[in-house]
Amino acid sequence: MKQLLIISGKGGTGKTTIAGAFIKLLQAKAYADCDVDAPNLHLISNHTVTEERKDYFGLPKAHIDINLCIECGLCEESCGFNAVHHGQRYYIDSYACEGCGVCKYVCPTGAISLREQRAGELMLYRNNAVFSTAQLEMGNGTSGMLVSEVKKQMKESAADDVGVAIIDGSPGIGCPVIASLSGVDLALIVAEPSISGINDMQRIIETARQFGTKLAVCVNKYDTNLKNTQTIEEFCKDSEIIFVGKIPYDKKAVTAINDGKSIVDIDCPAGIAVKKVFDNTIKIIGKL
Amino acid sequence: MRIAIPVNEKDLKSGVCPSFGRAPYYLIYETNDKTSIFLDNIAAQSAGGAGIKAAQLLLDNEVKVIIAPRYGENAAKVLVDANVIVYRNIDGSAEDNIKAYENKKLDILADIHPGHHNHGK
Amino acid sequence: MANKKIAILSGKGGTGKTLVSVNLAAAEGNSYYVDCDVEEPNGHLFFKPKIIKKKDIFVKIPNIDNSLCSGCRECVEFCKFNALAYGRQVIVFEEVCHSCGGCMLVCPTKAISEKDKKIGVIEEGVSDEVKTISGIMNTGEVSGVPIIKELLNIIKDVEGLVFIDCPPGSACVVMESVKDADYCILVAEPTVFGAHNLAMVHRLVSLFGKKCGVVLNKCETGFNPSEDFCIKNNIEILARVPFDNDLGSLNSEGKIAVRENYKNKDLFYSLLSTVKEAVK
Repeated sequence: MKQLLIISGKGGTGKTTIAGAFIKLLQAKAYADCDVDAPNLHLISNHTVTEERKDYFGLPKAHIDINLCIECGLCEESCGFNAVHHGQRYYIDSYACEGCGVCKYVCPTGAISLREQRAGELMLYRNNAVFSTAQLEMGNGTSGMLVSEVKKQMKESAADDVGVAIIDGSPGIGCPVIASLSGVDLALIVAEPSISGINDMQRIIETARQFGTKLAVCVNKYDTNLKNTQTIEEFCKDSEIIFVGKIPYDKKAVTAINDGKSIVDIDCPAGIAVKKVFDNTIKIIGKL
Repeated sequence: MRIAIPVNEKDLKSGVCPSFGRAPYYLIYETNDKTSIFLDNIAAQSAGGAGIKAAQLLLDNEVKVIIAPRYGENAAKVLVDANVIVYRNIDGSAEDNIKAYENKKLDILADIHPGHHNHGK
Repeated sequence: MANKKIAILSGKGGTGKTLVSVNLAAAEGNSYYVDCDVEEPNGHLFFKPKIIKKKDIFVKIPNIDNSLCSGCRECVEFCKFNALAYGRQVIVFEEVCHSCGGCMLVCPTKAISEKDKKIGVIEEGVSDEVKTISGIMNTGEVSGVPIIKELLNIIKDVEGLVFIDCPPGSACVVMESVKDADYCILVAEPTVFGAHNLAMVHRLVSLFGKKCGVVLNKCETGFNPSEDFCIKNNIEILARVPFDNDLGSLNSEGKIAVRENYKNKDLFYSLLSTVKEAVK
């Protein structure tokens, strides 16, 4: 199974819209949404089966047993994350707690233990294709681990003859993106032709390169700024990154998405353009 | 001398697992008496640093040789420090790879990939 | 004017957080713009500030004195993040370390001390009357939380309005950015994706008990799922920014609408008044 990851650096460039189109064009038998923070792919994936749900437990977090606590305050003193507070009693802010275990170590009465904490939920849809996704409980860290779980769930449930799996990634360059890059054969960066978009694209390229991932770039909404689109194409040529095409801004695309459809399900300019981008991208994967 | 191979099942006929750090099990084969045991890979549950913990697990089990398809730079740091030798596996089962090792048919694994930071924040 | 922190967030990326926060700060003039999207900071591209101060941001990581190390491996066993291993000596994995200081605590021979690792930088600058403070995380680092903490520390007690441009999503970096806010502006776009993520981020600010209102961006005629969400949930709609090619162009060129000849700049001044009323 080859894995194609769709990322962007900047948010809102069209990752999910394009992922949805690719899934349709490929008739993908396995796909995943690794934007566990703000998953959206399920809104256009049209699954008719009920999903299988599984709780996701992140890192265990500290918990103070008030019966054993003598309120010495050593835990609060030694916590590096401001996660221990005291009002009427000492308690842990589980959003701030990183589960390091230092408070448990310093506590003189053994009042602190590390407990599993539900940090989100994994969902798996299965019929002739498998769709793996998840929702991280807000405020959590450990998104990298949940991303790994989403990919693992997809790989384990996928049939043997999957071919190419499509993974919708998240914006940014931090932990969840880094986790999603792992083991991926090609990362397609969806860029936006704005000053912010170019800046963010460069940062995600820099990040992905540190992990040795093979890269390709496409520009979405290219006609909103032709000059910047050209800048991106030239940047790719100079950096030896394959430019796989450009997609115009298309109001019909928004209508399709709002109707729960992919842009290749209706007749629209964006749909036609994304097919070319798709063909170019698949050709690269085929050669890997 | 102990050889470790990351495997998908607790079976000598199992295929070699493509992931080093997150393989479900390791086959530990003792060349002196030709016995095998299977270790559960506790590192696989780690939020992050799975390769590091997996390497440590094998070191703590006195493994001197590893046969694997790839491993990350974090695991490499640990293994190099302890003078563990890593060979690239051939297609086939864990058992096939043991035989290949004994017949000196395996190449050293030079392909170390950058770490993937699959961890908790 | 008293210190008031206004956080601008969205859940979904690309809805217009930076557009709104940059233009509000520019409209107010003598104010602060803080860029907490340290992974992909954009505000400085619009303000092009004159940088007056730079501060490196560090986290602490362990430093092992091998001459004192007895090889007991207490540190390796203690670390919950697998940042330490023992081959023939202790090996530290800096990028996995969470800087908790636990290894230093448990070492019986005091062989572990702290050293600094740089993870990013904060740049303070000015652009006309606006004071800009941007956090920039180094690529390859996994979390910008320590940078965000320092950003918020800098503006904690400053005089005047502080506009906090938040990261997308709802994870720990967003929570960190919103924690001390007096008011939250949620920016939403008229797509099902936008509405879905608006609901999520609304839950987040409600959890924190924050007063909030919504700016509907890229509005066109026809059904707006985000507007529908606001109406159904009794959430105040602060402004409706129409979808406008001129605004889009200005934005894509890194220009600040209220500082240009933009026909609709009143919209941002109106929004500013509404928000100032809300934080009184």
